[in-house]
Amino acid sequence: MSTTDVAMPRNLLSIEDLSRPAFDLVLDTAERMDEISRRPIKKVPTLRGLTVCNLFLEDSTRTRISFDVAAKRLSADVITFSAKGSSVSKGESFKDTALTLDAIGVDAVVVRSSSSGAPLQLARWLDVPVLNAGDGWHQHPTQALLDAFTIRRHFGTLDGLVVTIVGDVLHSRVARSEVQALLLGGARVRLVAPPTLLPPSVESWGVEVVRDLDDALPDTDVLYLLRVQQERMHRAFFPTVREYTRFYGVDSRRLAAMPEHAVVLHPGPMNRGVEITHDVADSDRALITDQVTNGISVRMACLYLLLAGSDRDDVPADQRTRDATTGTTGAAGTTEPTEPSGPTTEPTDPTTETTTEGADRG
Amino acid sequence: MADLLLRGGRVVDPVAGTDRRADVLVVDGLVTAVGDDLDAPAGAEHLDVDGLVVTRGFVDLHTHLREPGFEDAEDVATGSAAGAAGGYTALCPMANTDPVCDSAAVAEMVWRRGREVGLAELFPVGAITKGLQGRELAELGELHASAARVDCFSDDGRPVADALIMRRALQYATRFDAVVMNHSEDPDLTAEAQMNEGELSSVLGLAGWPREAEEVMIARDLILAAGVGARLHVPHVTTAGAVELVRQAKARGVRVTAEVTPHHLDLVDDVVRSYDPVFKVNPPVRVRGDVEALRAGLADGTIDAVATDHAPHAPESKDVEWDVAPCGMLGLETAFALLHTELVLAGHLDLVTLLQRFTTGPAGVRDVGGHGGAVAPGERADLVVLDLEHAWTVDASALRSRSRNTPFAGRELVGRPVHTLLGGRFTLRDLEVQA
Repeated sequence: MSTTDVAMPRNLLSIEDLSRPAFDLVLDTAERMDEISRRPIKKVPTLRGLTVCNLFLEDSTRTRISFDVAAKRLSADVITFSAKGSSVSKGESFKDTALTLDAIGVDAVVVRSSSSGAPLQLARWLDVPVLNAGDGWHQHPTQALLDAFTIRRHFGTLDGLVVTIVGDVLHSRVARSEVQALLLGGARVRLVAPPTLLPPSVESWGVEVVRDLDDALPDTDVLYLLRVQQERMHRAFFPTVREYTRFYGVDSRRLAAMPEHAVVLHPGPMNRGVEITHDVADSDRALITDQVTNGISVRMACLYLLLAGSDRDDVPADQRTRDATTGTTGAAGTTEPTEPSGPTTEPTDPTTETTTEGADRG
Repeated sequence: MADLLLRGGRVVDPVAGTDRRADVLVVDGLVTAVGDDLDAPAGAEHLDVDGLVVTRGFVDLHTHLREPGFEDAEDVATGSAAGAAGGYTALCPMANTDPVCDSAAVAEMVWRRGREVGLAELFPVGAITKGLQGRELAELGELHASAARVDCFSDDGRPVADALIMRRALQYATRFDAVVMNHSEDPDLTAEAQMNEGELSSVLGLAGWPREAEEVMIARDLILAAGVGARLHVPHVTTAGAVELVRQAKARGVRVTAEVTPHHLDLVDDVVRSYDPVFKVNPPVRVRGDVEALRAGLADGTIDAVATDHAPHAPESKDVEWDVAPCGMLGLETAFALLHTELVLAGHLDLVTLLQRFTTGPAGVRDVGGHGGAVAPGERADLVVLDLEHAWTVDASALRSRSRNTPFAGRELVGRPVHTLLGGRFTLRDLEVQA
């Protein structure tokens, strides 16, 4: 498939940036990236010579590692800029952070911030693609895409599935992205949460709100559990963890109330014993470790589509496309594969391309 | 100071509510005659203002001049210049300076700086409580007896949350019939709040600032003020419910006045989609229905005054993530032009009423030394001359304020003060501030 058939956004800030064809393209591309991760040598030279900056302004281990691995499997150079807290706590304005990255000359920025909207601000100040790795309560688009990918792989489609999302929707960037991605894929979405943890006017999202989890289970295909932050009870969002678990926690009894084909997802990290019991988490109905594995493929797909597929004005036309159909960049120069890559039996696959040193931009 | 004859203008007298073609003669800093074909004394300057509006200089009840303490954002000189450019002759600087304006010394210092600069007369607002801490009363009597004659008290953005302290402040202020102005926000209801609570805050993932937080506080303060017979001024009303609370209280005879900002009369929360902190303000911009209720309240007099809440912030302090950016917007230089464009030209409000909300309205809230009164013989020549056809585009870099945080950058507006006179002396002439 050529990436030029479908318009990808310049940045991935929100699921709202994606059209249905772009959404499908990401998932289809992720399928092929998944193949790379199954090889003995899990690396292709697709993004060789490009530098991806992981700008992590909030503690994150899982997402940072996942993006790190994804970029490295595509042979991008990765620099990590970790700083806990906002620009204000660092004593530098956020804009100065952006200008610094611009001056260093990175080719893409993956940003995680505790501030909703920070990736959009960054994208205004930078000329390179920005990928949102989670911002405040706002969005976590790659999480939603990897979940959609996981569900699609399991069921073959999202269309017509009933997905029940349970937990702290109010404070959840995962929930906001998840709802949009699932609706884009054709699923029906329900929310179950204490009323205090539902955002105002949440019905306008195109979801159904169900008060009692037990009413929602019998026709649920996918049960999506959100992490509950136990400190929320200190602001009276719910009385006690014990009471939360009783009404919203999933144990083997609730698992049994769902159809036999139904599966359980969780974005991690899990609070075992709170929103999910250990026997559910470890059961073969839980796709939680698949989600982690798939996260790498989906993030590889996103990096590939935004970087290699980008139509950048500052790159000469003959070097612009790291063409997925020919497996080479268009630049003149000696073709010099320097990385081990898979057997080139499928020349139409982005996963088998070779690099050209002459196309490198330092 | 030369005598001055303003010839052929359209004179709007906000006290009489009249709008007619007349000459205005200014002698020794006072208006001495208003009428047709006036003769000027020898040596008087003649200024042709045919086609322009001559009215009383504007009064802003709610201005942050940032001096002392935050001169990187604004000071008395730059803020007064912004005021003069916006047609203002009287400004009420708020108390959240460093040190806080909770003593006669600070109030007098600010007031004297205003006289030295000479571009606007300053009427400082004193703190209600020491250090704006909400615990002990500031020396309200000392502030009132000072040269600055403080008769309006506010802890600015910090609501007096303790009902007993608020009640005592209202009670104590009756001793000199001062007005207490409490920021209308129940702080428990707005912990972490970042924008108006509603459909959009849900989507944007920003903690909501619920309208109830404003209305609960206004309701409490109205009840407390009525109970002790004190004067309450409600700053920057933003919700339809708050307008209704004030309207009902006025009908009951409660001694309450209210103000609204230009930005709350125009902007809705949709602007927050950009996550550009230039749109972050407290209280937050609301939704269309609120804007309509505010406009109706301004028109029917429920809301007495337009007040800018001009809040300069140095550019670097706004070049940060939304949730850590400070709240506040510039207002002095765009207030009249914005509302003339969006309310008068759009047919929602007549010009005379709008000008009353910039003059007689605020002058009825507190003592501003005769500013905001009539354009009539014997009155001070604090005047503004407006060109209602002047089309211009707001350019943040061209503002006289030291800061750039206008939410209206790029907005095309019609109408602008071209001359401002303070006591008969030009502070703005042909769009140029006369420093």
